[in-house]
Amino acid sequence: MLARMTGALRFSPAEIAGFAILAAVVFLVLPLALDTFRLNLAGKYLTYAFVAVGLVLCWGAGGILSLGQGVFFGLGGYCMAMFLKLEASTPAATRIQSTPGIPDFMDWNQLTALPWWWEPFHSLAFSLVAVVAVPVALAWIIGLAMFRRRVGGVYFAIITQSLAAILTILVIGQQGFTGGVNGITDLRTLLGWDIRTDAAKEILYFVNGALLFACLLLARFILKSKLGRVLVAMRDQEDRVRFSGYDVAQFKMFIFCAGAAFAGVGGAMFTLQVGFMSPTLVGIVPSIEMVIFCAVGGRLSILGAVYGTLLVNWAKTTFSESFPELWLLGLGALFIGVVMAFPNGLAGLYADHVEPRIRALLAWLGVRGAMPAPVAGGAAREMAPARSVAGGRQSGRSLQARGGASPEPGP
Amino acid sequence: MPQRKDFRRPSGVSRRSVLAGGAALTSSLFAPGYLRAQDYPTSEVNTTGLAVTDETATVGILHSVTGTMAISETGSVQAEKLAIAQINALGGVLGRQLDYIQEDGASDWPTFAEKARKLLVNDRVPSVMGCWTSASRKAVLPVFEQYNGFLYYPTFYEGLEQSPNVIYMGQEATQQIIAGLDWVARTKGAETYYLLGSDYIWPRTSNKIARKHIENFLGQKVVGEEYYPLGHTQFNSVINKIRLRKPDVIYAIVVGGSNVAFYKQLKAAGIDMTSEDPVLLTISVTEDEIRGIGGENIEGAYACMKYFQSLENENNLAFVDAFKAMWGDDMVIGDVTQAAYLGPWLWKAAVEKAGSFDVDKVRAASPGIELTTAPEGYVRVHENHHLWSKTRVGRARTDGQYDVVFETADLVEPDPFPAGYQ
Repeated sequence: MLARMTGALRFSPAEIAGFAILAAVVFLVLPLALDTFRLNLAGKYLTYAFVAVGLVLCWGAGGILSLGQGVFFGLGGYCMAMFLKLEASTPAATRIQSTPGIPDFMDWNQLTALPWWWEPFHSLAFSLVAVVAVPVALAWIIGLAMFRRRVGGVYFAIITQSLAAILTILVIGQQGFTGGVNGITDLRTLLGWDIRTDAAKEILYFVNGALLFACLLLARFILKSKLGRVLVAMRDQEDRVRFSGYDVAQFKMFIFCAGAAFAGVGGAMFTLQVGFMSPTLVGIVPSIEMVIFCAVGGRLSILGAVYGTLLVNWAKTTFSESFPELWLLGLGALFIGVVMAFPNGLAGLYADHVEPRIRALLAWLGVRGAMPAPVAGGAAREMAPARSVAGGRQSGRSLQARGGASPEPGP
Repeated sequence: MPQRKDFRRPSGVSRRSVLAGGAALTSSLFAPGYLRAQDYPTSEVNTTGLAVTDETATVGILHSVTGTMAISETGSVQAEKLAIAQINALGGVLGRQLDYIQEDGASDWPTFAEKARKLLVNDRVPSVMGCWTSASRKAVLPVFEQYNGFLYYPTFYEGLEQSPNVIYMGQEATQQIIAGLDWVARTKGAETYYLLGSDYIWPRTSNKIARKHIENFLGQKVVGEEYYPLGHTQFNSVINKIRLRKPDVIYAIVVGGSNVAFYKQLKAAGIDMTSEDPVLLTISVTEDEIRGIGGENIEGAYACMKYFQSLENENNLAFVDAFKAMWGDDMVIGDVTQAAYLGPWLWKAAVEKAGSFDVDKVRAASPGIELTTAPEGYVRVHENHHLWSKTRVGRARTDGQYDVVFETADLVEPDPFPAGYQ
């Protein structure tokens, strides 16, 4: 057991290189190359990367396609926003209201007292726990309801999507408690520290980067451990895993909760860096966008997911600044191009084209053992779905959820 | 590269002539004569590092031109570009031609905040014409206050806000609501009201003010109040309730695409607005919305706002002509589009009064600025950064235009924090 644990902890040289390059990009290249405004944007993009990494776990490894990750991102963000809003709503700052001391949107909606469930969010410690605990609790309940009943594949995707719609309607409808369509805006300080200054934005960027790496390492650990193997097996042949005595639902719930926890942390960092939270980040569209980030990066690679998120968001910002009226078409073309040409995303591109060249180069240079197994690109190869299972089944090259990818009849 | 346009050399001959015509009219009424840039050295009029050079001043335009709000906000963008072109034809602002940088808010509030920060931090624009929904304004507000930007906001809205960094060109809720309710009570003998709206802050706050006014000031009765999510299309249940309770007035603040379903279903249910039983009074349907609803579905309904395209005064006739010449004959102009058109003009007047582009000086100069050339007539900036304006009631015609049936005798004072209505 212990040996297995340490086995999962050991990094191959290629993996070390992969992590080191990403660390250099996040902690050196971007901060040195970008001014504070652009760096803050990059920080915002990286908060989506938390979700994308969670999706690699759920979707890439576990075969659970969730189209509702925005829900968990939003819950984490709202927990953080509630704390910050309470801190910003001092009686002095809100003396113009009919009821000073409560958040401004409550006053606009004729609330005269803080709802009881807002009270705990006066505490930073409680709020930080809630950032992770609330999304995980919801994911656990959904998991319990779905996976125990063996709901999977397309049906699960549809249910998570409707969950995103439901939560959006709930947040918008209960505007006295949530801020409605406007969201929770005008957040100012964190324990007296002004989060709106340029210096604060730079510090938050690095905190965000560090948390992202913590999540990446955790995700890598999960994927490399025995648990990760079970997940991949489950994705490709769920029944066999079940017949071998594993409790499939339990594993699915775990990985779904892990994805939700990552998304919650990302949401909280989003709130801190952008300065507000609104239902536009909870709904169906952002949830699907997050799946696209993951798909562009490569759903089998945690590092690829980060690059995919950065690339898509960078393209989004650049296109929209250059062509305010046409940029969506450009973005659409990018997605179609990526999905048609590289179904495994950037990571697949790397694994298929770049990595063999590097390996050949290293072999030519006579370096032995530098790249032993095909693991570069964040384990893309290792996790790749079985190409030819019984019945000539092809499930590897499409972006569909598992379960919807079996057009051919059995033998 | 951000999209930049330079109107110093208008391309089309017809456009040039129209602009010149509009300019001649405007200059005779308003401009204090051509100002020369060399009389206002850049080092003196721009002490805060704004995007103002010896030749040009670059302002920002920040609206949604993609996404669900694009259909509403496009008119505002067009009006702002028209105003900028006309100002340039008149010699610019302090002798400087106006350029603009347009950014797309994409109907997405975080994107609005991102683009606002870009315009203020990277582009250093001295003012921004922008936003439409309350949500987008709330998202950019902290950004404008942090970086000391200056926003001209065109939409009628719920009030309860007064930022030193925003000029609110639309009517706040009391301006729009009270005159209309008084009018319907006086001329139509209305005594009972049914309030309904889309479910967000503007309709809710507006109906709150309407209810207070009906109950406390008119001494009349509200027989129902309902809200539906944005985009809702099934209004049959509320229509049945309306038929049951027989209010004298349906007070509707339905927003966006829901309007199409609401008015079609009202008509299908046999509620004939032309017979005024009950009277339908709305504050959310401009000429732009009627294009989607269809004139035949809303004929006979009354709308209460400050501007209608059919206003017959010289300013408005010239404005409508210039707008159509620039953007096409099939264009319609609603209340918000007209308000957006005021933005560049109000800013020009404030800059020239201040003799400076610096935001603090423009802000100090803004209260008391008046426009005699506004298409809606005369407007003046109040100390609370809102506009004094008249309120009007129009009756919808089948061709999608309104007949103006009432207008307040005096300008209505803006009161974003109305006492007695909270």
